[in-house]
Amino acid sequence: MIKRLTKNPIAMGMLGIILIIALLGIFAPFVAPHDPYEGNILNKFATFSWQYPLGTDNLGRCILSRLIYGIRPTLFLALITMIGTIGLGALMGVLAGYFKGPVDEVIMRIVDVMLSFPSQIMIFAVVALMGADVRNVILANIFIKWAWYARMIRCNVIKYRSRNFILYSRCIGTRETFILTRHLLPSIASELAVLATLDVGWAILNISTLSFLGLGVQAPIPEWGAMLSEAKNVMTTNPIQMIAPGVAIVVLIAAFNLLGDALRDVLDPKEMELS
Amino acid sequence: MKNYIAKRILTTIPLLLCITFICFVFINLIPSDPAEVALRIRQTPVITDEAIQAVRLELGLDDPFLLRYLNWLGDSLHFDFGVSYTNPSRTVLGEIARCLPATLQLAGASLLIVILLSLPIGFFCAVYKDSWFDRLVRGLVFMTTAMPAYWVGLLLIWLVSIRWNLLPTSGAGSWQHLVLPAFTVALTYISTYIRLIRNNMLENMKEDYVLYAQARGLRQGTILVKHVLKNSLQTCIVAIGMSIPQLIAGTIVVENVFAWPGLGKLCITSIFNRDYPVIQTYVLMIGTLFILFNLIFDIVQALADPRLRREAE
Repeated sequence: MIKRLTKNPIAMGMLGIILIIALLGIFAPFVAPHDPYEGNILNKFATFSWQYPLGTDNLGRCILSRLIYGIRPTLFLALITMIGTIGLGALMGVLAGYFKGPVDEVIMRIVDVMLSFPSQIMIFAVVALMGADVRNVILANIFIKWAWYARMIRCNVIKYRSRNFILYSRCIGTRETFILTRHLLPSIASELAVLATLDVGWAILNISTLSFLGLGVQAPIPEWGAMLSEAKNVMTTNPIQMIAPGVAIVVLIAAFNLLGDALRDVLDPKEMELS
Repeated sequence: MKNYIAKRILTTIPLLLCITFICFVFINLIPSDPAEVALRIRQTPVITDEAIQAVRLELGLDDPFLLRYLNWLGDSLHFDFGVSYTNPSRTVLGEIARCLPATLQLAGASLLIVILLSLPIGFFCAVYKDSWFDRLVRGLVFMTTAMPAYWVGLLLIWLVSIRWNLLPTSGAGSWQHLVLPAFTVALTYISTYIRLIRNNMLENMKEDYVLYAQARGLRQGTILVKHVLKNSLQTCIVAIGMSIPQLIAGTIVVENVFAWPGLGKLCITSIFNRDYPVIQTYVLMIGTLFILFNLIFDIVQALADPRLRREAE
């Protein structure tokens, strides 16, 4: 599967883009030309120059530096959200699918209830209740979104749990935890990877939207959604300011979505002929 | 069929109870003491412990949890949602009623745009599969899934309103104010439905009845419109119907970009002001709408599709 993945140009290209962006974020202090918080009010709304490659914003801060530092909250918060959502979803899905019976019944009824509510509104409600804060935004996302993954993962588990290799393993008296971690998890790992990749794109979109509305990452921290919120206030005088963060969001989300699609194609060669 | 509908309606009741219960728990989890809030609303100058005790008795806050829930549920059924925390002279119902028309207008206009644009575009994409038009649309559809709605809104304001000076930037009033926000809300749904119609049509075009129609010598146009499109529309209509509450909820971001005086703006303002009764009622309303529309269009689908009808029986 890894071999087929390396042969897929789209997957490798998107993985490259994401890796480059992640590395830029990790090494932000060495890459960024300026301090993202330090403003030079005399030099606000500067246009493109060698000193400020993307110009400066309404407080005279270097937009490129803010963009590079903004990778940290934007990408890494989304990754944390994804790990939380998929983790909780996988745990519940595996428990429900593997043990069946009452455990399955209880978990799936909760999932049904969660899925019958509008997720967007519930996230707003949870954030409203706990207060506008990054931590709360992540918790709200995890809390609302896990049910969807739990259902998908349960389906996958059920598909594998009666396969011969697992039945055989149980026959010879292997412990349940061993079957779960060594047989079942590797089997569903590839499907998990697709879900996880697509979820990151969704999380970036959601966190940046909440930040844009002022409910997530707060103002001076350079998050892309929050940067767009600042740019909105000076839209008439300096419209250029809102281009860079927006394009950055689109590129990052598109990269994750394309990677997810490519992964799915690699996993399931039949799909490729259809589309 | 009757059995199916009855069963479907009965399963809806526990869901509705669930969402009311969640909304009630929600207001009980807030950090401030409701008795204290009530005193502040009545503009009591000095809030003493005795006064709080008196109010607790009066409002029945010392009652058991379940009893309070039932009381609250009864009030909600009479559309009595209490008063706003930030502006006690206004009831929550009044606030919602004030903002609802604007949001319905916006959602209605978006729905119209979604139907008018996605139908023909999806149709032509399926008919001229892999042509330059299809490729272009597929590219655009992919782009819109990656573009945040608020950014699209900002770009539209900048391009259409500021550069070309064609439409007003924000606010409400005339139909010109409606165009940009409605289009922004519609955009994500347009791409979803283009894809849905295109794929449905492509699937239907492979069916035997199309081959038979061709064999009968019907014109290609007739086959496509009268047979393929008609059969593809069914799932689309159900999907669009179910997404109406989502459309209403989806205005929350766009309304804040365009300063549209609707429910979304009310909701965000309430979140900042910690006006919990308003948020609670908003969540309750959208949740109920969500469940009801799902119910209605599930039944519509079952009624419209003979295959499902037989299955249900």
